[in-house]
Amino acid sequence: MKKYFTRAQKMVVVQGILCLVLMIDIIQLWLITATMNSYLGGDSGVPVPAAIFSVICLLLNLGLLKFLYALDRKPNTNPEK
Amino acid sequence: MVDQDRDYLSQAPDGKPHGEQPQWRQDFPVDIPQDNYVSRREFTKFLVLTSAAFTVGQMWIVWENWRRARRGAPPAQKIADLKDLPVGSSLVFHYPTHSEPCLLMRPDENTLLAYGQKCTHLSCAVIPELEKKRLACPCHHGYFSLEEGRPIAGPPRRPLPRITVELRGDEIYATGVELRTV
Repeated sequence: MKKYFTRAQKMVVVQGILCLVLMIDIIQLWLITATMNSYLGGDSGVPVPAAIFSVICLLLNLGLLKFLYALDRKPNTNPEK
Repeated sequence: MVDQDRDYLSQAPDGKPHGEQPQWRQDFPVDIPQDNYVSRREFTKFLVLTSAAFTVGQMWIVWENWRRARRGAPPAQKIADLKDLPVGSSLVFHYPTHSEPCLLMRPDENTLLAYGQKCTHLSCAVIPELEKKRLACPCHHGYFSLEEGRPIAGPPRRPLPRITVELRGDEIYATGVELRTV
């Protein structure tokens, strides 16, 4: 069964996605700062695991973005009603 | 013609439903609730782009880290003769490359200390203050201890890179660079 959302419902979903993406971005910001600090301090063991974690964060964000696009393609309410 | 979607308050000039409007009209809506929705949606897309930029930055660090590991340890290099460095004096040298200025100091008869000269805050040149047993960065008033090169005041958080020195006869050689996080 195809689901339809009102704009108010879509708004809640978008705000939820926005909060999640924002949190993941803040984690990535902290991660790149810490990685740069350790790289400049000569620690060569940190950059690779940090990059892997950052890629995972990006994939999570892309998944959420895909959901956002899918949500946007749906009309706000059932046009048959 | 009435729009079937009751969420839209205004009517487009051509009377067609919202879904059939050109993209630019959907992206710049007249209705305030729809405008709120579009602005949050676009901001989320921008944040995902920021996330991609962070990931590219991480990859760049991995690349630079790999290049540094590939270069290996720098070779030993003569800096100065001991007679050119009286007690209580310092001199500037470049090691391991010409773009890396370093400081060689002789606070007492038997001690030789060498650190990278670039402040770990924003790369200003630090100045030795041997009588106060510290190195000072004049740009943002950062201070490093003379004995260890560790930050003691101001914005720097990382210690200065330590240059290992060796006395071979009367000649002073730089033999390596020791980067430190704490």
